Amino acid sequence: MHVTAPGHAAPLETSTGLDHRKLLMWAFLGSDCLFFGSLIATYLLYRGKSITGPYPHEVFNIPYTSVSAFVLLTSSLTMVLALAAIQRGDQRGLKAWLLATALLGGVFLGGQYFEFTTFIREGLTLRANLFGSTFFTLTGFHGAHVTVGVIILLSLFVTALRGRLPRERHLNVELAGLYWHFVDVVWIVIFTVVYLVEAPNIVGAG
Amino acid sequence: MSSARPRERAHPTPARYTAVALVLAVVTIVEVTAVYQAFLADILLPILLVLSATKFALVAMFYMHLRFDHRLFSALFVGGLLLTAGILIALLALFRVIVQ
Amino acid sequence: MATVTGALPRVLRRPTSYTGWWSWVTTVDHKRIGVLYGFTAFAFLLVGGIEALTIRTQLAGSESALVSPELYNQLFTMHALTMIFLAVMPLSAAFFNLIIPLQIGARDVAFPRLNALSYWIFLFGGLLLNAGWLVGNSPDAGWFAYANLTSKTFSPERGLDFYALGLLVLGTSSMAAAFNFVVTILNMRAPGMTLMRMPVFTWMTLVTSFLLITAFPVITVGLIELAFDRLFGTNFFVTAKGANPLLWQHLFWVFGHPEVYILILPAMGIVSEVLPTFARKPLFGYPFVVLSGVSIGFMGWAVWSHHMFTVGLGPVANATFALTTMVIAVPTGVKIFNWIATLWGGSLSLKTPLLFALGFIVLFIIGGLSGVSHSSPPADSQQQDTYYIVAHLHYVLFGGSIFGLFAGIYYWFPKFSGRLLHEGLGKLNFWLMFIGMNLTFGPMHWLGLDGMPRRIYSYPAGMGWDFWNLMSTAGSYMLGIGFLAFAWNFVSSLRKGEKATSDPWDGRTLEWSIASPPPIYNFATIPTVHGRDAFWAQKYLETPGHQPRGVPSGGADGDGDGAHGQGAGHLGVHMPGLSYFPIIVALGLALAAVGLLTHVAVIALGVLIMLFGIYGWTFEPAEPDE
Repeated sequence: MHVTAPGHAAPLETSTGLDHRKLLMWAFLGSDCLFFGSLIATYLLYRGKSITGPYPHEVFNIPYTSVSAFVLLTSSLTMVLALAAIQRGDQRGLKAWLLATALLGGVFLGGQYFEFTTFIREGLTLRANLFGSTFFTLTGFHGAHVTVGVIILLSLFVTALRGRLPRERHLNVELAGLYWHFVDVVWIVIFTVVYLVEAPNIVGAG
Repeated sequence: MSSARPRERAHPTPARYTAVALVLAVVTIVEVTAVYQAFLADILLPILLVLSATKFALVAMFYMHLRFDHRLFSALFVGGLLLTAGILIALLALFRVIVQ
Repeated sequence: MATVTGALPRVLRRPTSYTGWWSWVTTVDHKRIGVLYGFTAFAFLLVGGIEALTIRTQLAGSESALVSPELYNQLFTMHALTMIFLAVMPLSAAFFNLIIPLQIGARDVAFPRLNALSYWIFLFGGLLLNAGWLVGNSPDAGWFAYANLTSKTFSPERGLDFYALGLLVLGTSSMAAAFNFVVTILNMRAPGMTLMRMPVFTWMTLVTSFLLITAFPVITVGLIELAFDRLFGTNFFVTAKGANPLLWQHLFWVFGHPEVYILILPAMGIVSEVLPTFARKPLFGYPFVVLSGVSIGFMGWAVWSHHMFTVGLGPVANATFALTTMVIAVPTGVKIFNWIATLWGGSLSLKTPLLFALGFIVLFIIGGLSGVSHSSPPADSQQQDTYYIVAHLHYVLFGGSIFGLFAGIYYWFPKFSGRLLHEGLGKLNFWLMFIGMNLTFGPMHWLGLDGMPRRIYSYPAGMGWDFWNLMSTAGSYMLGIGFLAFAWNFVSSLRKGEKATSDPWDGRTLEWSIASPPPIYNFATIPTVHGRDAFWAQKYLETPGHQPRGVPSGGADGDGDGAHGQGAGHLGVHMPGLSYFPIIVALGLALAAVGLLTHVAVIALGVLIMLFGIYGWTFEPAEPDE
């Protein structure tokens, strides 16, 4: 195990001066853009192409989803506060903000579970129409990313509880944070191009 | 190639993070309000795209520290992002969703 | 970390034996992983070759009935999938593993265990893709598997499930490996090795890795949609529900065209190493060779619809993609002129590696020219789905990729075996393959222009196709004999070939500066680089008495990558550790994929094994034992 100088983000001696793992994470996020981009492309190309209902304006509940989006956005703040805490050596703050972030992620997932079951009750399933297939696949894979993020956050929280997440290891929190913020920005896009653009149709239908 | 490079700039303070969060919250409120304004209907799509791009950029620049970290990280991420945007726009054009 | 290690359960301790069968299963040494990749890929290459010979035997004469139409469809589909995903890509990966750390002066890759994971996922994915043979139904819709032929309605059998899941698993492996090499090449270069001092093979590996991590997510989404349609009844490609089957074609070729460059760029890199060494001249126009490789990588993203000229995308789209396709020929031409200029005036040493590199140039030019001929949509409309396309793609993928990879095998074999491959057998190998290749694929140009369609299991007599088909089949057997000559050369040279020095070809790059075979830690001290062709400079240009300096090097913090000092004695250098967890995680992933085809309990078991593997991986101590 290599030891880094305490309190300083000194990576190993590398050609770029950057840490291997952080470079890997950014390469992964760049690559994951194309994954979500392809899912979003599929959704947009099939938007309005469903032959039978339910259609988006019949099932979407914009105020409800706005709250969900807000919860995820807030979790980005708590995540970055957790990082600030470990970087200044504040273990209590670290644990509190990590737990808060995981909880907010959990609330978002709960909201998504409730949304999905409501849609299914209203007849929108994976098989119902193109909207169902594309919507559930896109938001489902996003939800899967959030789930992985929550597991990582909880693991970090437990590690911190056991006193195994000292200040020198702040990179672990930073990397989890990068992943978490990425999942958040993906939702920013989905919230706009999937949900918000349908809002005028809902008003029109009502 | 590395040793002469200047140090990465320091990450922001919690106060700065919270300020960014407030901006994000305001933008979200503007978005959700805008979609219910009938008079905005014709220009709603560009408004929404600009607002969500703003949120995206704020999170990436401040929370993900791209504004302060090494440019290679930005290159990796923005490279993937631009490629995605290019393919998405090309597909939307090929399927006549945007260009008629 | 000894205190932490003591608290961990026994299962999390690192295995310690560097010899014997288990040491290969648990290895994280890039050289051993490269060897595993190489042998596995060669085995799959033989399988794909047998499929090809069966196809050619069937087509030797008109109205032949050796195989049924159903089996024929499976044969040409599996031949393509095997050669692309299980032979050429992993052979390239074998070279990435074997060569890259040595060329950049590193002791291992950035993430040694992730590297092992890539190999094991590749192995299991390859077996899964081939599992169709066991149940009597392999994928049979072409390697491109156009929707909606692939729907449950038209392909109710299991074959295409193996296609979707097998490729998903293989994609994971390719992406994991590519992330690893991106970080390794960017971050682990020896001091002084700036980007524009990197060997061209390293450069092409970097470009290929970027293509892999950007192209595979797109096909991953396509394959997920296909798998969901088939397994869960979604509607992505169900036209009755309003779906547009062209979506699949686009997703496939958005991936598929960068994939073509993924297959050829490593071979181009190898040739760019072999030519200067055997011409005893520096590579002509190094910056142009590098930048043209990079621009091929970029422009490869803007040409995908030239695979779809006959779909009817409209004149604007066709014209746009025709133009981009013609433009991408420019950087390719730049490379070819630079290679020729490298040979110009050189004192050529006509050893087997150079023969294969020259063969590459000749055949790739032919394949490149026939390729440009279908960048024009009207011409392509004539050529689409004929044997002309088959001729073109084999000139670039066999004449290009395989010849380049063989140049690499003959070139680097002594570095890893400590022995030379036999020159006489090597020349026999080359001429059998060079003549056999032209006999096999040359006549296909004529057949295609004469209108013979691809993917037909038989053709009627009296079409005038019999003679050229027979010649093509004869050529393919000659190719088969060429491969046997290679296998014989490989096995016999491994046992009693002429002993090689550490630098048998008077090489230019750092891998030739260390012993053959290299010690497990590669470099006792990390060299300092002052220019391109670092080892050449060390040998001939730099003043004697120059001392390379030692730096800490090796795997990433937290990757628990190795022990210090063990085996390397007083050198105190990094040694690759051993780990059970890569193969455990890979096994779990493969089981989960199999579970999707069998029972939900198998999925659960696979996921559990995977989670256990990831847990153990995360908490695995860096040292084998305290």
